[in-house]
Amino acid sequence: MTVATEAGSEGLVFKPMEQFVVSPLFGGDAVGMFTITNVTLWMALTVLAISAMFVLGTRGRAIIPSRAQSVAELGYGFIHKMVEDVAGKDALKFFPYIMTLFLFIVFSNFLGLIPKAFTTTSHIAVTAVLAMLVFLTVTIVGFVKHGAGFLGLFWVSSAPLPLRPVLAVIEVISYFVRPVSHSIRLAGNMMAGHAVIKVFAAFAPLVLMSGIGILVTPLSIIAIVAMYGLEILVSFIQAYVFTILTCVYLRDALHPHH
Amino acid sequence: MEGDIVQMGAYIGAGLACMGMGGAAMGVGNVAGNFLAGALRNPSAAAGQTATLFIGIAFAEALGIFSFLVALLLMFAV
Repeated sequence: MTVATEAGSEGLVFKPMEQFVVSPLFGGDAVGMFTITNVTLWMALTVLAISAMFVLGTRGRAIIPSRAQSVAELGYGFIHKMVEDVAGKDALKFFPYIMTLFLFIVFSNFLGLIPKAFTTTSHIAVTAVLAMLVFLTVTIVGFVKHGAGFLGLFWVSSAPLPLRPVLAVIEVISYFVRPVSHSIRLAGNMMAGHAVIKVFAAFAPLVLMSGIGILVTPLSIIAIVAMYGLEILVSFIQAYVFTILTCVYLRDALHPHH
Repeated sequence: MEGDIVQMGAYIGAGLACMGMGGAAMGVGNVAGNFLAGALRNPSAAAGQTATLFIGIAFAEALGIFSFLVALLLMFAV
């Protein structure tokens, strides 16, 4: 995915995937278990931003909320309603976990949109941990609450009897594919969006350098702005989708019977 | 024009994998279009179904993302 032109003496080499490289912040190139990398930095910034929003938002606790308080209250109410509607009232004891997931994802998506920032959620390693945690939580909750009855999730009792074993196999497969699709959906969306912005960003100078591009370059710049707007939407929707799927899986664990 | 035939195959495969994105586009369009058709018939019930809409879109979209992932693997990992 390297675009090189011969215009000019040095030639412009452009790599849209370079923004996803994990590199240590202090000295050396080796990345070990506890190396402080740009991922660590942006995750820390995410946590700081979330804390700042909620500390500032809940400091006043006014009857007529300030802007910061409104944002905090809206976010809280939005997720609370989602958990209640999708997963049921008895899932509300998992609300803090789901709220944390949503805030972490939405903030790291939005922070990644800052130019030169690093999008932590564009790495499958990060999203896979989040998705595996959801998968393990849901499975353990299901078995703790229902014991072997949780396996009824795979036995579709509304289907005709001869069909049920076939459906059971399909249900088991789809259950174990959940963490895979759950994590790749988020990482893939974030990675694809940022790569597209970078590709359009490359068009502008490349076309300008080749001499024909006085008319094309503004188009490319407008395209970047449009893609950026779409990415803001996608950042929020993907965090929403991740959270709502968590709620759906939780509902399955709490009420496994079809 | 140097480079080996394996790399050529990988690049062609990456291009072919992008066709999957067209399928995902049709799927997402189908979900959203049918939601809109239903929502215009009964607007009062539409607001309660937006969660279902997004879940449907997410499932349809995931498969397009998988094809994108295959393309990326062919470009960078093979």
